[in-house]
Amino acid sequence: MKKTLLTITAFLVIGISLNAQEFLEKSEVHGSFETDGMFYQADNALGITDSLINGKNFGFNAFADIIYTLGDFTAGFRYEAYAPPIAGFDPQLEGQGFPYLWATYATEKYSFTVGNFYEQFGNGMVLRTYQEWTLGYDNSLNGVRIIAKPVKGVILKGVYGTQRFFWNKWEKNARGIVKGVDAELNFNDVFASMADSKLKLTLGGSAVSKYQVDNNPSYKMPQNVAAFAGRFNVGLGKFNFTSEYAYKINDPSAVNNYIFKDGQGLVFTGSYSTAGLGLFAMFKRYDNMSYKSDQSVTGNALHINYLPALTEDHIYMLASMYPYATQPNGEIGFQIQVNYKIPKDTWIGGKYGAGLSVNFSQINDIDRQKAHDTAGINQSGTLGYKSDFFKFGKDVFNRDLTVAINKKFSKKVKGVFTLINQEYNQAVVLGHTGEPNVKANIAIVDMTYKFTSNKALRGEFQGLWTKEDKQDWAAILLEYTISPHWFFSVADQYNYGNEIKANRLHYYTGSFGYTYQTTRIAVTYGRQREGVVCVGGVCRQVPASNGFSITLSSNF
Amino acid sequence: MKKILVMASMVLFGVVLFAQESNTGNKLPSVIIKSLDGNSFNTRDISNDGKPIMISFWALWCKPCKLEMDAYNENYAEWVDKTGVKIYAVSIDDARSTAKVLPFVSGKGWTMEMLLDPNGDFKRAMSVNMIPHTFILNGNGEVVYQHTSYYEGLEDEIFEIIQKVAAGENPNE
Repeated sequence: MKKTLLTITAFLVIGISLNAQEFLEKSEVHGSFETDGMFYQADNALGITDSLINGKNFGFNAFADIIYTLGDFTAGFRYEAYAPPIAGFDPQLEGQGFPYLWATYATEKYSFTVGNFYEQFGNGMVLRTYQEWTLGYDNSLNGVRIIAKPVKGVILKGVYGTQRFFWNKWEKNARGIVKGVDAELNFNDVFASMADSKLKLTLGGSAVSKYQVDNNPSYKMPQNVAAFAGRFNVGLGKFNFTSEYAYKINDPSAVNNYIFKDGQGLVFTGSYSTAGLGLFAMFKRYDNMSYKSDQSVTGNALHINYLPALTEDHIYMLASMYPYATQPNGEIGFQIQVNYKIPKDTWIGGKYGAGLSVNFSQINDIDRQKAHDTAGINQSGTLGYKSDFFKFGKDVFNRDLTVAINKKFSKKVKGVFTLINQEYNQAVVLGHTGEPNVKANIAIVDMTYKFTSNKALRGEFQGLWTKEDKQDWAAILLEYTISPHWFFSVADQYNYGNEIKANRLHYYTGSFGYTYQTTRIAVTYGRQREGVVCVGGVCRQVPASNGFSITLSSNF
Repeated sequence: MKKILVMASMVLFGVVLFAQESNTGNKLPSVIIKSLDGNSFNTRDISNDGKPIMISFWALWCKPCKLEMDAYNENYAEWVDKTGVKIYAVSIDDARSTAKVLPFVSGKGWTMEMLLDPNGDFKRAMSVNMIPHTFILNGNGEVVYQHTSYYEGLEDEIFEIIQKVAAGENPNE
């Protein structure tokens, strides 16, 4: 960290002393910041008592991110503070400092980075470092990265470093060191004969290795764990196909119960796209693919690779009650989607046309059979299990059918109508052992009425019906907006069908916000339902709470 | 020692910061992202022959973003006709749904230039905190206006800004 700072400072000082005027003209600085504050209050119905809050009725997350550019040279830092972190964020985040410090020198053909960086090889199945502020997630690598583009259509990457683990400084013999290389070749750019071909072809391959000293008292652990991946992207007219296959050598860890099995991952997608119609299908299988730079760490930290949940990403309040999270130890599934623009002047299309989208996905456990006669499935210290590659296991983890139609009725009125049928394995996804799968039906009507060119009222009316978990819910949201500055909204989620009468609670919130260009302030008051917030593939548990929250965000 | 260095850096950043007008003048960074057919695309190649450019960050999981794109797409032909503006829509969907973007866009019938930023590299380089986030660039490729969030009717304000930029005026005056 000291070295990076020294570099940045040195560049600045040299630049200024050389020619202050020219330096100022050529320098560019921009950045962004955000502060999220939350004040909690007691709410006996939610089980939040004064003694539970115990004087800690305040949560505060903030960051400031600055990027400085001078020609081919760029440097930046992010300051973060969690004092203490807002409820639902990992308590290990408490603290403040500069977790992200970097400098890059980049020309047309080469790029060289020292410090912290984010990188993704292919689809991320063997390496992806990224940051997601709303989840408090950051697995950046701290080290060196080189990217070379020797000829058009060829990209070579090399990375070396250690990962961010909250505020814990890396020490020798602690968490592992990550090394990786990636190559990508675009045939249409590289081969002149393919420049105008209808066939668009890109191939790529990666190799990643982590080194961690064996300090496990029970087992002899592999100290170097390698993972490899190969991928392609083929476009042929209206068709597009992508695939990535990954293989990882045995990597016993706290996540997979210390089994010595190798890991595999396969994702295949195909799509057909033409004006007004898009079809999409995918197949995926993950088998023992958790890959972390510390074998003993569980939870949302130190992931080297990225295994997204390949299901529909729901946005509405009740539709996101049961969000699926990837099971890295094994899952197999598929997804199909249709997007269709219903033409104007038809029965459903009406005067303006309408949009139809249908999505179906199902994810099961992989097939698991005994690997040894004498040991049970997934027993520590063994090969774990055997699995038939394309066979679906018996347990359903998630099934989702979503049908949505959006339609404009007139210049003032438009609506979105959604029906969802879900099955959700709370025992596996949430660890609610012994609980049955939730089977839920959800219906949502979302209407917008435009009063004038910049004032509109939007209403959401939602219902969720299930015999399991907390039974039936209803929800309403009203949002009034005055473009480009203001929004006001009230919402209530009501657990009216709960079998336990005392738990038939209302989760009401009121909020408003003001936006000026890129500066936004939003204030919310009310109850937050206990649940899971997911962005991309990572989720965090959010406890129930009651109180005020304030967000201020800006960039320049 | 560390504290002094941090302070020194911040002060110097501050000097540079105040030496330039806020919100304006910054040029696009060079970041390698993807086009919809999977090929790499350098963001420095975003251009429009000296006419205004609009860059809008969106994602499949962001409802207001999709409303915003619908609104822009509805007006796009008219805007191009009057100002020559070119819109680049940058999806920040990650590996969960990058392959779904192309069929979704086709199903919607959107006609803007589409780019994929699956690991948020371009988003980070442009200091985007939340989406939707729209940038408007003048004919010299300099950012002259930015806006975050979308409410019904924002497109009217955006069109006014584009017209000013096309006429060579400063939209912030």
